Amino acid sequence: MLSLPGIHCAGCISGVEKALMATPGVKDARVNLTLRRAAVEADAGVTAEDLTQVLEAAGYEAHELDPGVLATTDADRQGKDLMMRLAVSFFAMMNVMLLSVAVWSGAEGFTRDMMHWISAAIAIPAVIFCGRPFYVSAWSALKGGRLNMDVPITLAILLAVGTSLYETMHSGEHAYFDAAIALCCFLLAGRYLDHRTRASARSAAQELAALEVPRALRLAADGTEETVSVADLAPGDIVRVKPGGRIPVDGIVTDGQSELDRGLMTGESLPVYAGPGQAVAAGEVNLTGPLTVEVTAAGRDTALHRIADLVAVAEAGRNNYTSLADQAAKLYAPGVHILSVAAAVGWYLYTQDLRIALNIAAAVLIITCPCALGLAVPAVTTAASGKLFRKGLLIKDGTALERLAEADTVVFDKTGTLTTGAAEPVALDALPDDAARVALALAQGSAHPLAEALAKGLSGAGYRPANVTDLTEVPGYGVEGAWKGRTVRLGRAAWIGADAPATTATFLKLGEDAPITIPFTDTLREGAADVVNALKAQGKRVLLISGDTAPAVNRFAARIGIEEVFAEALPAEKAQTVAALSEAGGKVLMVGDGLNDTAALAAAHVSISPASALDAARSASDMVLMGRSLAPIADAVTTAKSSSRRIRENFTIATVYNILAVPLAVAGLCSPLIAALAMSSSSLTVSLNALRVK
Amino acid sequence: MDVLGILIPVSLFLGLIGLGIFFWMVKRGQFDDPEGDAHRILREDYDDKPKE
Repeated sequence: MLSLPGIHCAGCISGVEKALMATPGVKDARVNLTLRRAAVEADAGVTAEDLTQVLEAAGYEAHELDPGVLATTDADRQGKDLMMRLAVSFFAMMNVMLLSVAVWSGAEGFTRDMMHWISAAIAIPAVIFCGRPFYVSAWSALKGGRLNMDVPITLAILLAVGTSLYETMHSGEHAYFDAAIALCCFLLAGRYLDHRTRASARSAAQELAALEVPRALRLAADGTEETVSVADLAPGDIVRVKPGGRIPVDGIVTDGQSELDRGLMTGESLPVYAGPGQAVAAGEVNLTGPLTVEVTAAGRDTALHRIADLVAVAEAGRNNYTSLADQAAKLYAPGVHILSVAAAVGWYLYTQDLRIALNIAAAVLIITCPCALGLAVPAVTTAASGKLFRKGLLIKDGTALERLAEADTVVFDKTGTLTTGAAEPVALDALPDDAARVALALAQGSAHPLAEALAKGLSGAGYRPANVTDLTEVPGYGVEGAWKGRTVRLGRAAWIGADAPATTATFLKLGEDAPITIPFTDTLREGAADVVNALKAQGKRVLLISGDTAPAVNRFAARIGIEEVFAEALPAEKAQTVAALSEAGGKVLMVGDGLNDTAALAAAHVSISPASALDAARSASDMVLMGRSLAPIADAVTTAKSSSRRIRENFTIATVYNILAVPLAVAGLCSPLIAALAMSSSSLTVSLNALRVK
Repeated sequence: MDVLGILIPVSLFLGLIGLGIFFWMVKRGQFDDPEGDAHRILREDYDDKPKE
């Protein structure tokens, strides 16, 4: 299973399939353009890595997906089940409606009874089959002593079918089979939309998780390396971490020297030195030299997973959010029951006729049944999340949009969120010409991110590399070489003999000259400045909380235009700050990517994380940015506001229909024709209104 | 009106056939990749002969 984020057209399908089929050992390959995936069937000898390389060579970005994580069978089956029920109810509704037209247009006597009987024959089995999700949910709610939307639905369906059957047996005038089955159909449509939104978000989130296939290089006692799954590692094992690789476990360095990027874990932008005896944590990235690490904790015991406890505590605070739909249901369900019972009792006292009273009760329940209400929220969320998905934002939670619309305070993390985590050199013009050329030559000899950024910056400024010979990289320290008979070095302050400043910097030493400082600044993530400006323009309070050092954070905040800054924050402090903001009455939107943000993401009213974030951070947040840019955040806030407004409008529309039709029903003037018209037109208006989401 | 006795069963029967075909299509996975299928029809790979 491969992920192909870049494909978009017929040519891509052909290209990918041809490239895969041309690879020896591949039996079958099929691209799914909707999911942007390719399923490949191949001999055992073919690895996913070979295939991704084949595709990269053919010009398509490809990643391996872990099929185990993608096992979506349960959700899939549920979706298919709902679809089947929807199809059956639609079929039954159309047929019953057709038969009802004859009754509405004045069929009498035997013909009307025949129509009613045929309707009953179609509607009763269909209602029993299609309404099952509602009956199950209503029953479990009643067992728990609660009322939910499904209770009036179930009651309306059962009562409508029951009284209609009774009427039919006694050659009555009114039968509500069409209304009962139409109710089922519209409500199932709402359920299905709701399910699809959640399922597609879930599968995309799973895809992100499946992208990280956790593997480690284990060293056996005889020195041979083998690739194993991280789950198979046990404390005491020795693993090798290549430069550029992520450390898979908590452990202690036994051999090798390197530098570690701890940005995702702590928010520090400056790489730290690692040598024998140093403790390392899962999630850190090894930069320069190979490291051998003795495992002290693996899998669920690592620091990465211990953060989960913090997250669980933080999430408990958020669970008491009641969505708009729940608020509506709370008012609605008891109201409907009281109304229909009151109508039935009133008519019984007035006419002393149980049959009329029950008919009226059924009519009231059908008219008030939350057909439009059931569609009001899912239709809007489907429209809005589809819109945002195309802009590159994935919504993981159904109520996330509502919560986002309420947010008035935005808290950003710095490293990896507003910045890309990579640095760029500043003040290159101040370097003497010779120094710049030597620095370029040295920087090209290293794969360290600072060196790569420096090399890119210098060649971009038009410098040519000087003729430096004997280039050697000293892992954990820097690069050394010889230039015009002098030893030249580029690397860490301590190694060069310079005083370490508070900011990110690298140092250059030419022979015995004084060290030259080359300062770095964080690279802004694409769209970061625009998002901050847009959010401020919308009148939101914008804060920056980072685990990085104070000078670095302050300088960055000044550059991007954020006034309120918290630096050197520990993970728990971040969560506390967010909680304190919420307690002060703010609705906090947290945007962060690191492990140190995870608790804060969970504590916030609503949270967003970029796709580059750690798995833990992504699963703690409500929305995930799929692309590199932060720009969709501003769009998302606008869309969330507009969809929240549409949801409210939809509720209003549904209520207005009810207010108009209920007096008719209570007065006993509601014929099956009026019920069908009111129900269909309100559902239609609500769905059309949902499409107006911007 | 007697004709209704024939027409209603016939229409129901035809409707059921449609429903059955829909189920068959869902089972066969014909709705799994709507976007891809829309593009696939435009490519020339299998214009001359069907895929084996």
